[in-house]
Parts: sequence; structure tokens; C-alpha cells
Amino acid sequence: MAVKGTDIVKKLPDLGKKNCKECGFPTCFAFAMKLASGGATLDKCPHLSPEVTEELEDALSPAIKLVTVGTGDNALQVGNEEVVFRHDKTYVHPTGIGLLISDTEDSAKVDEKIKKISDLQFDVVGINLKADLLALKCDSGKKDTFLALVDKVCKSTGVPFMLICEDADILLAARDICADRRPLLYPVTKNNIDKIIPAIKEKPGPLGVKADSLEELIPLTTRLKEEKIDEVVIDPGSKDLMEAINDQTFIRRAAIKQGFRPLGYPTIAFPGTLAKGELKEILVASALVIKFAAVLILTDFDEFGLRPLLMQRLNIYTDPRMPLSVEEKLYAVGEPGETSPVLITTNWALTYFIVSAEIESSKVSSWLLVKEAEGLGVLTAWAAGKFNGDSIAPFLKRSGVEDKTKTRKLVIPGKVARIKGELEDALPGWEIIVGPREATEITGFLPGYAAKLKN
Amino acid sequence: MDFKAPVESFAGSVREVSIGSGAKTVKIGGENRLAYSPFDEGSTPNPPRLALEVWDMAPEDWPESTTAPFADVLSDPVKWAQKCVDYGADMVCLRLVSTDPSTKNAPAEAAAQTAKQVAQAIKVPLIVCGSGDEKKDAEVLPKVAEACSGESLLIGPAVKENFEPIAKACQEHGHSIIAQSPLDINLMKELSIKLSKVFPADRIVIDPLSSALGYGMEYSFTIMERTKQTGVAFKDAMTQMPIIADLAAESWKTKEAKSDEKQGILWEGITAVSLLLAGANLAVLRHPDSLKLVSDTLR
Ligand code: SF4
Repeated sequence: MAVKGTDIVKKLPDLGKKNCKECGFPTCFAFAMKLASGGATLDKCPHLSPEVTEELEDALSPAIKLVTVGTGDNALQVGNEEVVFRHDKTYVHPTGIGLLISDTEDSAKVDEKIKKISDLQFDVVGINLKADLLALKCDSGKKDTFLALVDKVCKSTGVPFMLICEDADILLAARDICADRRPLLYPVTKNNIDKIIPAIKEKPGPLGVKADSLEELIPLTTRLKEEKIDEVVIDPGSKDLMEAINDQTFIRRAAIKQGFRPLGYPTIAFPGTLAKGELKEILVASALVIKFAAVLILTDFDEFGLRPLLMQRLNIYTDPRMPLSVEEKLYAVGEPGETSPVLITTNWALTYFIVSAEIESSKVSSWLLVKEAEGLGVLTAWAAGKFNGDSIAPFLKRSGVEDKTKTRKLVIPGKVARIKGELEDALPGWEIIVGPREATEITGFLPGYAAKLKN
Repeated sequence: MDFKAPVESFAGSVREVSIGSGAKTVKIGGENRLAYSPFDEGSTPNPPRLALEVWDMAPEDWPESTTAPFADVLSDPVKWAQKCVDYGADMVCLRLVSTDPSTKNAPAEAAAQTAKQVAQAIKVPLIVCGSGDEKKDAEVLPKVAEACSGESLLIGPAVKENFEPIAKACQEHGHSIIAQSPLDINLMKELSIKLSKVFPADRIVIDPLSSALGYGMEYSFTIMERTKQTGVAFKDAMTQMPIIADLAAESWKTKEAKSDEKQGILWEGITAVSLLLAGANLAVLRHPDSLKLVSDTLR
């Protein structure tokens, strides 16, 4: 629930009538409006009492707290979400995907998992996809065993991590050997909160608070807030996926729609406790990527499971306000040169993404002409008269492709094979090649075609 | 500050569509709340249904992982459909691929007979889809409607260019229709409006197109989510139809699904889970394992 500038102004000096300009704004009102939109910070006004500062800080803070785990470039940030539905605006901080390592796993397995978290990375149209953190769990109940694992992970990787241990003494001892890495400590419960609070005040860092239900979380987060600890992620202890969907939805709605602060935190869930089996665990995780989980810890994953999960996260967290069409122009896919293939398609964003991804994965650098066609797919664009000889020829001339390459062969989508003749008439000197009907066939087509071009 | 559970209630509801006749009738839609929200007010009388697809000719470009479960029946649509039922499909979706003018261009009559045989052989309702060629479908689908009179099929896709003859035949022979529009909520409403002038609105299922994971899935997701919200929360009558997510072909066309069986199952499974959570009432899948996985996860 975003606070309004008109409400803020009443809290400013002399009910917002002081207008001394020291904040750099002409009036208190102008300053209030800027505060509300996030364009200014409270410290610019020197005339605020500590009470008012605190009250306004609280009112201005996001509905869901931003939490940072880890440090530096690798740090994971979650929270700060502003909407329930992605179409209401956009989701902002993609779900953090974590890999669990238990201190009862043998060292070969531990090594394998540490390697996985850095090795399993995927490139999708220029975007790098990878998992975000490791979750180190004390199942042995032995302090030395757990600390040895924490120490090993600390030394061998820079990825953020979380520490999981039911015994608060062991948990804090582990934290003490890596506090500078800002690990997420979990679980903070009603049983250990008294022990945790002083330790966190001494060395601040993110906490994972766990209770058996959403209602039982409330006194815990409230207590932490009173102690000025609010870098918190919450776990409502859901028992199965349907309960998790319920809990996650209520937390999101309470935070966003009711402005209910005690639940205004990012959430964490463990799909492996909700479903057994490697495929099922991934599927449950994918349901929770949609249903608002901010951090998901998986018991294990391999390439075949992580790739689709990260792809789904990318899809769901893509800004839906992005236009459905891309700019009409000549695109270089890879590093094309004078003898590279030249292809053409329409400017529907999906068409463009799919075609360029396929060209990329064929590993043949190419020139891709993207023709304005009101954001339509190839066949529809042709039917609408936006993708034919008369309209493609002038675009090709304008695009400058003739200066970039000596190739005078243009590959058209197989679905519009019928425009070959009219296009050759409209483009003297160019030969028109009918390419694959489906984008997915490009990877099979391009390498052979490119080899022929070179000869 | 006291916590009050943010339970929501809605004024609109999705129309209920019946598919299949007699004992094999299955209903979809009918809910007056959003997908997977049993905690809100209202009811969800019919759970989402899962169908498996069958082709009327042996597919040539399917990855091995998807042909293997049907290896012995791929050239017999009737047996193939029966096998889908054995695998636990709530419905079967027969795709009349052979009628595509750019491939076999099989005649409408033959395809209609295949549809009839399949419909009569299985104990679950049948969805029949044309090849997607608008002109040919306008010929084929009315023949299917006629040959399968009384079977209460779900027939499609009807698009803005060809819905009239298809609607007329489906109206006459008691079938429901899939109204398909390309990834745009306004085009979808436009078609619903036109179609419902000549066809009963409670026999329309909408197909806003299902793109696969990584290939535009988010567009389908958001259109489905918005469609449901518009219908249920804002009571827009032209979006209050059940949604079909026909995602099998799109999912298995991707290089990611083709390259590895487990990854393929998850590719199809995650696409299905996403679109069902968005509000799809019926999903069409290809691999029996993804059917089982999705069913186990979301029910
Ligand atoms: S410095 Fe404070 S009192 Fe002065 S104009 Fe700005 S907001 Fe008003």
C-alpha cells in the first residue's frame, strides 16, 4: 500500500507549511510528493523530529522488505515486490534458487554440489541463468562436523549461502566463522529467538524466521521489528503444495493489499519437503516461483531440472510492460561478417526472440533483418500485406545490409515461400532462398547453408 | 495491528461447459474464484482436466521419448486413444494432422470417420482439432461435427476467419467449440462476441494460444490470468469461458524438450503447471509421464 504525498505533507514541519526550501525543493509539498515517488530521502529535511522520521520511514518503506543475502556481485536480493499479479506492473526480484548441502553427505557429494552451483549456467538470448545460493544444513547435530562444512564452502566458493541448524548455539558458532559473508540464518523460531536477537544485534545479517503457521509468524516478526531487526525472510511451515499456495498468497496479499507490516517480508520454501522425487520437486518449485516464493531451496538438481526452472523464473519475472514488438532494423546475431547469411523475419517480439535464439544456438553468426509488421507473426503479417515483396524491398535497401555484407542471398521464412517470386522482382541482384518453415529447424539449416555460402 | 486473513470473494463466474455424452460427460469451468484458490469464497465445482493428444497419422518429427510410450499404436488412432485413457487422461485430443494441405491433404470425409471411430471407442470425452489451416478446417470440422453427431465433442480451432461454418455445424450437432485467437485479450473478446451471436456462449471454450516455456510462455500465462480475473472479478461476460491450454506441440517443438527426455517432461510439465495456475481449465499434453507428474503435483 503506497503512501500518498498528500498524507506525508501533513507530517512535515508546521503541517507542511514551513516551506524553508532547505531540502532543495521549493515547498514542503513538493518534497512530500518526491518522497512518495521514491525520488528523495527523508534526511534532506533538517527539521524533522526523531519520532516523525521514524513514522515516515516506516510509511515510506516498501510493502515487502528488501533482503540481501551474501555480499558483493554475487549477493542475492529478494523482496521489494509491489504487486500480486505480474500484469499489475511487474515482479522485480526473481526467486532465489538454492541448493541444499547436508553435513551428513559424503565429501564427494559435497564437492559435486559445490561444483554444480557454479558450473550449471545457461545462456538464453544474452541472459545468463544460474542458481543463486547454497544452503548448508546441520543434520549431524555435531558442531565440529557442521563447522567443517561451513569452512570448506566458505573457502571454495563466493556464492551466497544460508545456514540451517535447529540448535541455535551451533548455528551462531557457524555464523561466527563467516559473518562477513552475510549468511542467511535459519530457522529463527519461538524457541530460540531470545538467543538469536543479541547475537544479531552484535553482527547484523539476514534471518529466516520459521513458524508452524502464518499466524504464528506474526509475533516473531513483530518482536524482531521491536528490536530493530527487519532483514528477515519468513517460512510459514506449509505442509504440502496446496497449503503453501494458500500461505504464500495470503502473505503476498496481506503485505500488498492490507499493508500488514508483520508479514511484509520475502518468503522461503523447501519444495523437497512438499513433494518427493527429482522431477516432482522441480515441478513444485515451479508452482512456487509463480506463487510468490522469494527463496526456494532444492535438495538437489541437475541440468535437466535446473534449466527449465530457471527459464520459467525468467519468463515470470520478465516485465510484462515490455512491448510485444521489437524495433525494425538490421540485427547482428553473433559477429556476422561479409559472407554471413542474411535472414529476414517480422518484428513480433516472440518471433524475434525465437529466431535469434535459434540462430545463436546454431553457432552461425548471421544478419537478421527484422521487418516492421505491426508486431504480427510471419504468416499473419503476410496475410495483412505487411510482409511481401513491395514492403520488404524498400526496407532491405534502407537497412544498410548491402553495405555490411557481400552476400546477395536472402533467406525468407518457409511459411511465406510464395513471396519468393515477387521479392526477386522487387530486389534485382538478390537471390531469395526459401528457409525452414519452423524456427526450430534453423539450427539444422544454417550450418550447411553457411558453408555453401562461403564456397 | 490484528491480522485478518485476506480472503477474497468475487461476483462473476466462469461458464460451465459439458463435454462428452451420457456416462462419459465431463464438465469444465463453473468456478467463481481464481485458479487454485480454495481458500477464497465461492466454489470450484470442476477441477482442471488433463488430456493427451493423438494424431490421425504416425508423427514423423516427434522426439523418440514421446513416441516410445505409444510405439505399437502410432498408426492406429483408435488404439492410441485407448492407450491415452489407460495412462490416465481425462480426455483425448485427436489432431487431424493428415488433413493439412501442405502435407497429406487427406479428405475431410476420411478424417471425420477417424474422429467418429475414436469417439466411439473411448470411455472419455473427445476433443477434435483440425490441422490449423483455416480454409481446410472450415471444410473438415463441419464434417467431423456431422459424423459425430450426438457425441458432444469439443471441436476447434475456430478462428475469426472460419468460425461461421464450424459454429453452424457444431450448433446443429450438439458440440462445443474452441475459439482461438492469437495471444491478445482484445482479439479474444472480439471473437467471443462474434461467435456468441451465432452460437451458445455456454458451449465455447477459449484458446488464447499456449506458448511453451522459454518461447513466450509468459504471454500465455498473463493472458490466461487476466482473462480469469476479468471474468471472475470484473464480471466481463465475454471472458467468462473456460480456457484450454493446448501446449503439447509447442512444448515438444523446443530444442530443450527434444534434447533430453527428463528435461522434455519438465518442459511440458512446467508449461502445464504454469498455465493451470494462471487459470486454464483444460490442458492438452503429449507425454504420459508429464500428465502423471502434473496430475500428482496439482491435485
Ligand atoms: S526542508 Fe523540510 S521544512 Fe523546509 S521546505 Fe523542505 S520539507 Fe519543508
